[in-house]
Amino acid sequence: MTGNGIDAGGVEVASTELAIEARGLVKRFDGFTAVDGVDISVPKGSIYGILGPNGAGKTTTLRMLLGIIDPDQGYRRVLGHERPTDVARRIGYLPEERGLYPAMKAYEAIGFLAALRGVPLKEGRRKGRELLEAHGLGYAADRQIRQMSKGMAQTVQLLGTLVHEPDLVVFDEPFSGLDALNQGKLERMIRDLAARGTTVIFSTHVIAHAERLCDQVAIIAGGKVPFAGPVDVARDRLRPQVRLETRAQDGVWRAALPADARHEGAFWHFTLPETGVEPLLRALIEGNAGILSLSIERAGLHDAFVAIAGEAAAKALEESAGEPK
Amino acid sequence: MSGFAEKLRAAMVIARRDFVAVVFSKTFIFFLIGPVFPVLVGGLAGSIGGKVQQNVERPTIGLAMSADDSRAMLGARTELQGRVPGMIPEIVVLREIAPGETFDARAALADGDRPVSAVLGGTLEKPLLTAPGERARQWVGVVSNLAARARSATPTDYPAVAVEEVTTSVAKVKTGQIYTAQAAQVMLFLLTMLLAGMVLSNLVEEKGNKIIEVLAAAIPMDAMFMGKLFAMLAVSLVGIAVWGGVGGAIVLAGARNLPTMSVPAVGWPLFLTLAFLYFAMAYLLMGSLFLSIGGMATTVREVQTLSMPVSMFQLMVFFFASFALTSPGTWIDWASIIFPVSSPYAMLARAAQYPDVWPHVVALGWQVLWVIVIVRAGAQLFRRTVMKSGPSTAKRSIWSRLRRAKAY
Repeated sequence: MTGNGIDAGGVEVASTELAIEARGLVKRFDGFTAVDGVDISVPKGSIYGILGPNGAGKTTTLRMLLGIIDPDQGYRRVLGHERPTDVARRIGYLPEERGLYPAMKAYEAIGFLAALRGVPLKEGRRKGRELLEAHGLGYAADRQIRQMSKGMAQTVQLLGTLVHEPDLVVFDEPFSGLDALNQGKLERMIRDLAARGTTVIFSTHVIAHAERLCDQVAIIAGGKVPFAGPVDVARDRLRPQVRLETRAQDGVWRAALPADARHEGAFWHFTLPETGVEPLLRALIEGNAGILSLSIERAGLHDAFVAIAGEAAAKALEESAGEPK
Repeated sequence: MSGFAEKLRAAMVIARRDFVAVVFSKTFIFFLIGPVFPVLVGGLAGSIGGKVQQNVERPTIGLAMSADDSRAMLGARTELQGRVPGMIPEIVVLREIAPGETFDARAALADGDRPVSAVLGGTLEKPLLTAPGERARQWVGVVSNLAARARSATPTDYPAVAVEEVTTSVAKVKTGQIYTAQAAQVMLFLLTMLLAGMVLSNLVEEKGNKIIEVLAAAIPMDAMFMGKLFAMLAVSLVGIAVWGGVGGAIVLAGARNLPTMSVPAVGWPLFLTLAFLYFAMAYLLMGSLFLSIGGMATTVREVQTLSMPVSMFQLMVFFFASFALTSPGTWIDWASIIFPVSSPYAMLARAAQYPDVWPHVVALGWQVLWVIVIVRAGAQLFRRTVMKSGPSTAKRSIWSRLRRAKAY
């Protein structure tokens, strides 16, 4: 398949500029449709989030994109190849359920993960020691995984995911199980990867992570993706909210306010009219409203999620965030 | 890098990891002393094999006498057989000798088309038994008795049997080669039973460690299966080398004189080479089946439950191949050669008995093909039934997985 890809957000992107392109992915397990017609376009070098509650189909989607399982229907192209396993050497993957061989030493584990991706074992082990040193774990390089704390072992696996310098990194719920300090470190690492041109795609049920990190998101609920595209486009699905404070309590300027405007305390709250801010301002000034303050706030990703996926999905998302993983 | 080369490389990464993990573990020492138990099993299997051997050997005397004498000898044999069943050798007429005609008994003993253990010539009054020394001494009395009864229903005069000893006979060689074939089958069975079962639990570790998903994303699943099989085969060969070394040292030290085995039909060097190859094939065939079945198991308990039926399956394959040894040239023999998991056993026995080499090339190719087929099918089944997301899948039993796999 060549040409351009159009994501659910209506953004057209040249296929050659896409790290991942998926159309109509469907996966059923025992009669249950886990993923139902997912379309995703991930531009190269971007940070892309798959946002949805537990059980929405995030992991199944990622597994199909990685070639761990094959879709029942649909088409996928990863780094220009229709069979993701053909480009496995250029991909790094950190699954949600993390694990390493407990008897391996930290540098051996990284070397092994590198060898799986085509790096000679000796070189992988050398890089493993370097990475551990660079991330403050040099002292534990010869320690067995079973002798490490959970956090240290997770860091080792993360380094093993990146040791072969992949073009595409896939994280499944990367922040789950991490404390705030390590979440911050991981966020910085993801930004650094993207800055170096690596494409990063991750799944999450925490809106804040997606909002802070992602260039684009796919909102997934019930196996369907009602929106996929830039975060700004998602937020722009909702009209900005206006908060207005005036000296005059009444006048002809009131006619410029939309019908849903409500007065709370000293402020008027309403959705910015589709005509934009300039006609509103003109009407307020010409009508002698006496503007004391006026702020226009864009909708957050949470509001956008509610608007796109619905209240039920938003509630499930909040519950997912509260569940221990 | 081509697809095959990439798979081979990935398989070697897995094989190296598994090999090191097993051989450098503390428990490997228990693995090395493990054969004490199968040696006991081997003793039991040997007694069963002895029974099989009785059916295989069928000692036969070939007659080269006049038509009347031959008829009389066959009649006497039938009569004596009725009185002492199982004690009288088979008798077949090689040729009815006309007066003045000579017969080359040594040539008849060397004739592989109609293998006999001894040739009885001369007359009823002066029988001449041509046979290897041990066999001749064993049958002198029987032949005298038979000749006496052939002459008279109530014998009083038992003729002296002249003996012409030969060094060996085709029948003796054949019998010895059957011993060799049987011994090789037993050894092959013991080693595969002892070693192939280990593969059952091989994927449980990866599932328990949750590293399976990383492996599945990084390398083709069939490469992972192959790597695991290679690793366990290499571990097994280490064990065999150690056991063989210790056994050889004991023999060299003269602790015990082992019975000498007949030279296999293909000769010892090629036979040992084929034994190595057929062990590898038997291991890979059984191992790929067990790995595929074990891959469906989610817990160690499920693997333990599977161990018994798996051992029974191995026993059945062994008995099938052993039984086929007693029926050369029949459909059972061919079935044991064609059926992939019994093929290595049947072909190793064949190497002991027949000198042709090309059937082994074909058989090894056939077995390799089946290893690939089973590994690919097992890997596909694993991907379809195990690599799903969601906790409910992880807890699903092997039976449920296999049942549901039909839906795909």
